[in-house]
Amino acid sequence: MSRIAKRFAKLKAENRAALVTFITAGDPDRATSQALLDGMPAAGADIIELGMPFTDPMADGPVIELAAGRALKAGGSLRQTLEMVTAFRKTDAETPVILMGYYNPVYAWGPEKFAKDAAQAGVDGLIIVDLPPEEADELVPFLRAAGIDFIVLTTPTSDDARLPVVLANASGFVYYVSIAGITGTASAAQAAIDEAVARIRRHTGLPVCVGFGIKAPAQAAEIARVADGAVVGSAIVSVLADNIGKSGAVSAPLALVKDLAAGVRGARK
Amino acid sequence: MQSLNTYRAGPDERGHFGIFGGRYVAETLMPLILEVEKAYGAAKADPAFQAEFRSLLAQYVGRPNPLYFARRLTEAFGGAKVFLKREDLNHTGAHKINNCIGQILLARRMGKQRIIAETGAGQHGVATATVCALFGMRCVIYMGATDIERQMPNVYRMKLLGAEVKPVTSGAATLKDAMNDALRDWVSNVTDTYYLIGTVAGPHPYPAMVRDFQSVIGEEVRDQIMAQEGRLPDSLVACIGGGSNAMGLFHPFLDDKSVRIIGVEAAGHGLDKLHAASLTGGKPGVLHGNRTYLLQDADGQIAEAHSISAGLDYPGIGPEHSWLHETGRVEYVSVTDDEAVVAFQQCTRLEGIIPALESSHAIAHAAKLTPGLPKDHLMVVNLSGRGDKDVSTIAKALGDEHLGGLV
Ligand SMILES: Cc1ncc(COP(=O)(O)O)c(C=O)c1O
Repeated sequence: MSRIAKRFAKLKAENRAALVTFITAGDPDRATSQALLDGMPAAGADIIELGMPFTDPMADGPVIELAAGRALKAGGSLRQTLEMVTAFRKTDAETPVILMGYYNPVYAWGPEKFAKDAAQAGVDGLIIVDLPPEEADELVPFLRAAGIDFIVLTTPTSDDARLPVVLANASGFVYYVSIAGITGTASAAQAAIDEAVARIRRHTGLPVCVGFGIKAPAQAAEIARVADGAVVGSAIVSVLADNIGKSGAVSAPLALVKDLAAGVRGARK
Repeated sequence: MQSLNTYRAGPDERGHFGIFGGRYVAETLMPLILEVEKAYGAAKADPAFQAEFRSLLAQYVGRPNPLYFARRLTEAFGGAKVFLKREDLNHTGAHKINNCIGQILLARRMGKQRIIAETGAGQHGVATATVCALFGMRCVIYMGATDIERQMPNVYRMKLLGAEVKPVTSGAATLKDAMNDALRDWVSNVTDTYYLIGTVAGPHPYPAMVRDFQSVIGEEVRDQIMAQEGRLPDSLVACIGGGSNAMGLFHPFLDDKSVRIIGVEAAGHGLDKLHAASLTGGKPGVLHGNRTYLLQDADGQIAEAHSISAGLDYPGIGPEHSWLHETGRVEYVSVTDDEAVVAFQQCTRLEGIIPALESSHAIAHAAKLTPGLPKDHLMVVNLSGRGDKDVSTIAKALGDEHLGGLV
């Protein structure tokens, strides 16, 4: 069983949803970012998404765009991202790590070789924002062969005709992007999320995690009542950005993760 | 290299030209892209749509524009007969309007209310703002802050036409960054908004659709040169930013084997320094919805381009050009900032035509190419736009004394 499947099985037994946290690898520098990553499980993250920095993050808002810029300026790269996962795996063998980003760095690495190297580093899943099902053939078979899940994104624009096309490649879990928009901006109405999650469940038995626009523990708790996971990115990265160069660069974002985890864990009680 | 029976059949049904092109966009946009593809397919086959397009090109844009024999440039260059395709004489002053007319008609057919676009030199922004005024649509233009500064006259024009110009400050604040923000807008406004892309790039069907609308350039050249010279041209030369004026000129001639076809990229400060020559200095990658040649580092991070000309200052190129480069059908060369500035002055002084800095790259290459060619060689250079927008950039490049202390 994959780390992702094991994690969801465990959460199911505990009758709770996952807290999925996002940070950009190498933001604002390798050491801080590694300390944050390594501290995530203890703070309550059940699954970790690690952003692969890219110069042109077209689906991201300013918070994550700036994070990618800081990481690249400090020497961040796809190689460094994999090194961070390798280092993380020395401290944690169970928490799933998903890499999230844009296709060009992966393409430049070579899809087949990247799948092998990522698996070797201890990566469990991959989210490629700009690789829709129409183009995914060039990567997915290599991921499958390497035992890495291809986590698909479904959105408010994925209707009942579109969903089966998107879900055809899916494994691990399904990520529902709750707004038509970029990261770190608007939040969706809870009723719309409930409806969308129910609709996705009619098309797949995979766990469904919801992200985009979740900032506060109470919101994460609302999501955790209906979905299998709540994904929080920009809010954590924002707290990090506010604390760069200060003593709270690692502790402040982790404190938010703790609060979010408490929200998610208390949701179904 | 093995030659193909036809170079005009692409893209395939998935939008690929060989390995290039495709639809590399966020899932949120996929249903829209598919809708654009379907709507364009229907419009293309609809005689009423084509008739309205042709009629606006004639009545509003002022087509056909002349294929002008440039006698004094021909004499100065000392070789082939040089003809200028006068896209600068179109309404709004560049070829960009051809594509905008086509796409605004499509957006109307699709029932969209709000138009967004990216612009570099501001010519595409002006053309978009113009057609939005004509049809009473809301218009938002994304433009890099660097480009706003160097193309100020066009910024005023867009505002006068009723468009909202949104400055983009990320990256080098040029065309690539403007395209990122336009895509962010589109993802956030999927129901009412149409993205009117200004060149033969972006996800399928844009590269093919923009090419189709711009092909009027080459179709006219074919008729005009047959009427004026009684035969096909021997060579075609056009500048390349994303590649739309070039593709519009080239595409109707791709299967005429006797016609030598040359695309001119911007070599900026030089190919060993900062430049915008994606085919010469880049390698295949994925950006802005398609696979194509891109300036990038070993990690797949996109490099900043540089050209004195805002319209060529882009680290990529339309996917069909990447394919034509790899098949060898079209030759791609490059011209530096300095060479373009010299050509700009030559054309202005010898022909009384102030060319856009973009088009000056094509003229500069014609100057290099002609000396070795026979006197009866017929060369068509695409004068993609007029240079009024560039006078302050030229003044800066030449310095005060050249203009008699006028600046
Ligand atoms: C006059 C002119 N020529 C050429 C270009 C470059 O675009 P393309 O390569 O799509 O023709 C521009 C773009 O702004 C332009 O304004």
